[in-house]
Amino acid sequence: MALKRIGNQTIKLLNPPTILSNYSIVGPKEGQGPLKDYFDLIIEDDLWGQESFEKAECKFQEEAIRSAVDNAELSLKDMDFLIAGDLLNQIVATGYSARELAIPFFGLYGACSTMTESLSLGAMLVEGGFADKLVCATSSHFSTAERQFRFPLEYAAQRTFSAKWTVTGAGATVLSSYGSGPYITHVTPGRIIDPGITDAANMGAAMAPAAMDTLINHFQDTGFKPSDYDLIITGDLGIVGKSIVMDMMKEKGYDLGSVYTDCGVEIFNPRAQDTHAGGSGCACSAVVLNGYVLKEMKKGKFKRVLFMSTGALHSPIITQQGESIPSIGHAITIDINNE
Amino acid sequence: MDYIKAFIVGGGICVIAQVILDRTKLTPGHILVSFVTLGVVLGALGIYEPLVEFGGAGAKTPILGFGYALAKGAIKGAKADGFLGAFSGGLEAGAGGIAAAIIFGYTMAVIFNPKTKD
Amino acid sequence: MENLNNNEYQKFADKKVPKPTYLKNVILAFLVGGAICTIAQGVTNFLESQGYNEDLCGMGTSIVMIFIGSLLTGLGVYDKIGKVGGAGAAVPITGFANSIVAPAMEFKREGFIFGVAAKMFIIAGPVLVYGIGSSIIAGLLSILFKG
Repeated sequence: MALKRIGNQTIKLLNPPTILSNYSIVGPKEGQGPLKDYFDLIIEDDLWGQESFEKAECKFQEEAIRSAVDNAELSLKDMDFLIAGDLLNQIVATGYSARELAIPFFGLYGACSTMTESLSLGAMLVEGGFADKLVCATSSHFSTAERQFRFPLEYAAQRTFSAKWTVTGAGATVLSSYGSGPYITHVTPGRIIDPGITDAANMGAAMAPAAMDTLINHFQDTGFKPSDYDLIITGDLGIVGKSIVMDMMKEKGYDLGSVYTDCGVEIFNPRAQDTHAGGSGCACSAVVLNGYVLKEMKKGKFKRVLFMSTGALHSPIITQQGESIPSIGHAITIDINNE
Repeated sequence: MDYIKAFIVGGGICVIAQVILDRTKLTPGHILVSFVTLGVVLGALGIYEPLVEFGGAGAKTPILGFGYALAKGAIKGAKADGFLGAFSGGLEAGAGGIAAAIIFGYTMAVIFNPKTKD
Repeated sequence: MENLNNNEYQKFADKKVPKPTYLKNVILAFLVGGAICTIAQGVTNFLESQGYNEDLCGMGTSIVMIFIGSLLTGLGVYDKIGKVGGAGAAVPITGFANSIVAPAMEFKREGFIFGVAAKMFIIAGPVLVYGIGSSIIAGLLSILFKG
């Protein structure tokens, strides 16, 4: 008998874990965006003194984890687990940053959904009594993602208007079994939904149905309405995906209204920064959560937030074979109060 | 005058490619491959020749012109040396460009590092 | 989303994507492509004035243009030209040079054999395969249909 399950696919955490601390590092472009004042550290050189962009991404993630743990006034030894992932093949940015940290480590691949995937599993581990404190993290880097998923940097190709801009950065969150909040109270893991989009330059449209599926299940399972939240925020649907979610959710009877937005829409100024459909990548939702959302929660602007990172689980090889893009969205409820 | 002709013919060819790029999901890589093949076909059929005579570098500089040169070389080789010439003629005509691409490409890669887009 | 019809959804999603700025793209492609070809014409005229024959002028122009395309790619300028000019930058032979230099630079850190040299041709390789392959066919056909 799974006591903590409610409805179809939601978990209600009876002793909700606390978000003890959080940290965000971003690259130069994000550091010029509308959320620039929220990020803990802005790196002006996106190589960060490393030999390659991959090694720079490792450093982004490692530093984010170290700083989040520092912010909690703890040491790495206090961490029972590190739960993290990234976009690169074999999640090397995570494996190599974990190499430096010596924390028992679970590596995840959830593409851009990694932040809430790690927080979901982390929250369950803490609540289930398997850990007192742990750290969840993820990273992405424009220049590592670009070469793996798209074109070489100096290649003269035009970007379509549905294309998004991979966020350079890393975010880390420390969870604890005790503390004074904000708390993770509900977890709604997503299912893979594939609406048949084959254009890897239009991931917002590919991921929007997965986001809606998780949202609807979350509302049905918990009995929450959109108006019960001060903020409902998806990971990296971008301008195209956000607009699809708004319209289709309304059709299904959920008016998300002004509480809904998307991290990929918020992080850049599309006109001034020429980012087309917005930000994407694991770090997109990670730095918006650890930079903007959690800081505003602590200031009292948001009391209850539904946070969902969204991921497109394809690879360039399989899209070249003509396959469509399977997508997922994991949602967590973050609440200032522990009811 | 030949500058204006080159501008118009070269620009016109690029416009066709741009319309294809904007109307379809094809990437510039697809365009390069299909245009070079199209250049071979048009060159072999003798359709491209008048355009080269009119547009000069405007017809030769786009990748269509590379295909045209390959076809012209292969046919010329075939005429001179038969079957063997058909194999070597195209590459002979394109040899300068291909060799330049290899040596300059390699040299630039050694000298420069890619920069993040902003 | 059980009752989601994929075809209907894709049509709905397509409408949400802003349309390319067709007219602006076409004008810019014309101007950039035309400008590159005009430079090439200048190179050809110069070589002609030096007394080279037609074939050598053509080859010399290709070599000079490939050098220019490669250098501008190395300097980090050509991708900006491409962003503005689109096909106007991609279709001239300078764009072919860009397609070689860009991956070669990008994969330098993976070594000079399996990085630079192997990746140089990820885009240009297919161009050579189809270009040279079809030229051989054209040559063979010209023997069969001798006219």
